[in-house]
Amino acid sequence: MKSNTPKTNAARRQFMFDSARMACGVGMLGLGLGLYAKQSKALPALALRPPGALPEDDFLGACIRCGLCVRDCPYNTLELAKPEAPVTTGTPYFTARNIPCEMCDDIPCVKACPTKALDHGLTDINKAKMGVAVLIDHETCLNFLGLRCDVCYRVCPVIDKAITLDMVPNTRTGRHAMFLPTVHSEHCTGCGKCEKSCVLEEAAIRVLPPKLAKGELGKHYRIGWDEQKKAGHSLIDESKMVDLPDRLPEGASLPGHYDPASGNTAAARGMPGSEAGAIPSLPPGLGGKP
Amino acid sequence: MSAALHKKRIGAEAVAEKGWLAAHKWLILRRVSQFGILALFLLGPLAGIWIVKGNLNFSYTLGVLPLTDPYVALQSLAAGHLPETLGLIGVAIVAGFYLVVGGRVYCSWVCPVNVVTDVAGWLRDRLGIKGSVHLSRQTRYWVLGMTLIGSALTGVVLWELINPISMLHRGLIFGLGAAWSVVLAIFLFDLFVMSRGWCGRLCPVGAFYGLLGRWSPVRVSAPQRRACNDCMDCFEVCPEPQVIRPALKGEDKGVGPVILAADCTNCGRCIDVCSKEVFTFGLRFNNSASAAPLSAAQSESK
Repeated sequence: MKSNTPKTNAARRQFMFDSARMACGVGMLGLGLGLYAKQSKALPALALRPPGALPEDDFLGACIRCGLCVRDCPYNTLELAKPEAPVTTGTPYFTARNIPCEMCDDIPCVKACPTKALDHGLTDINKAKMGVAVLIDHETCLNFLGLRCDVCYRVCPVIDKAITLDMVPNTRTGRHAMFLPTVHSEHCTGCGKCEKSCVLEEAAIRVLPPKLAKGELGKHYRIGWDEQKKAGHSLIDESKMVDLPDRLPEGASLPGHYDPASGNTAAARGMPGSEAGAIPSLPPGLGGKP
Repeated sequence: MSAALHKKRIGAEAVAEKGWLAAHKWLILRRVSQFGILALFLLGPLAGIWIVKGNLNFSYTLGVLPLTDPYVALQSLAAGHLPETLGLIGVAIVAGFYLVVGGRVYCSWVCPVNVVTDVAGWLRDRLGIKGSVHLSRQTRYWVLGMTLIGSALTGVVLWELINPISMLHRGLIFGLGAAWSVVLAIFLFDLFVMSRGWCGRLCPVGAFYGLLGRWSPVRVSAPQRRACNDCMDCFEVCPEPQVIRPALKGEDKGVGPVILAADCTNCGRCIDVCSKEVFTFGLRFNNSASAAPLSAAQSESK
């Protein structure tokens, strides 16, 4: 084939021109789609994925939008996102405030998934991480107002592990206790029953994606007392620790006070009240019996 | 090709010759197939009779038959994710099916958007809307390539972000939402902007299935092409008219009567509207270019 005849030259030019035009036109479409795809990875905070869902980045590549999880959910918790929803079109999600996850033992939604978008390795629903509940508003939560609502605590399927009630003094009355619902993220599955049942007009406790709900220590960070527990002893020679002198009223002594210089290192940790040691944790009149 | 002919409805001759029913046989069968499949999907959510669960991307029939859209699975694969075994079996079944019957059978016998664009095409003809923005029919293959590369780059099943087919089908089954606006947009686009614009030029799903069924044995053939009276009805009714010419008019050039182009949707409308019974469904192998005598071809098509 001769390539330098005018006819083939023209044909080649035309072909290249057409190809370039296509590449540009379709490339524009692709660029638009790509930007849309990037944006769609930002799942709105209150849209929760089914149990076992891969992280959002992977989920959008693995999920084929078939809705089998939706069909096999016995409580109609899940729905497929409609085009106008803020969630990527066609993907399954649920809104805890509407219908929370009932945490079925057999996890039918995961079993139904024909892809790995829902991790089939998840067999214990208590290990699910759909999100983390956060008591987001300390100003309106009834327990924070000193009342005994406790509803989120009572409905929690992992009661006393995922949510505990922590007693603190009510400084407003000076004579009552407040029982603050406290979420422990390692046990919270993000099922959303707390959010659903919060009695307020707008829930004070909400399930958020772990990414939003949780802080993260630096990778290099070690927590001293944990390391000490692991090692069985302090990681440093505490007798050589330089301890600043304690300024105490003359003649006063703090029993069990941490004072490595005099070899007194362990006592405080063994005492009730733990790290707080000798510092009274409760205002006068609240600590003892009435 | 004058004003008088222009007034005539496509297939009028065939209706007069064969009767209305015979002149719409494949169209009716296709609509039965399209709406029947949709009805099977809808039976669960509407009547509580769960024969089929899911949608066109993946469905599970009676707990035994998994069907996976291979194009969606391919995008997912490009994004770095392999389906579960059930999903993979579904891919194999669907791909095997369309390899045999012709890839774009999906378009004309299954896809719900086809009904929309067919209505747009029909109305365009009835209203006599002329003029259409030109866009190469190759565009869809570029879009197809773009969605696969794009899926790999973004890690998202890219076309599913905007795929009107799944939006419509999923919408009908799981709740339509604003998907109707996308469908309406495609209808109006096909009607006023570009003749056969969506299915014939842009849709990468059709392009994918076309390539999938590139070598499928089941084909529309024109064994009686010598009987053609150049009424042009088949060209006008065909959603991919470029596929007809080589088979119908290629005898002198030594081209066989089988429509081999991947773009042919096996919709059978050309068979319907031809008053001379030129076309028939057949196998790609019966494609000897040597001009078989009329009678021989007739017996062969039986």
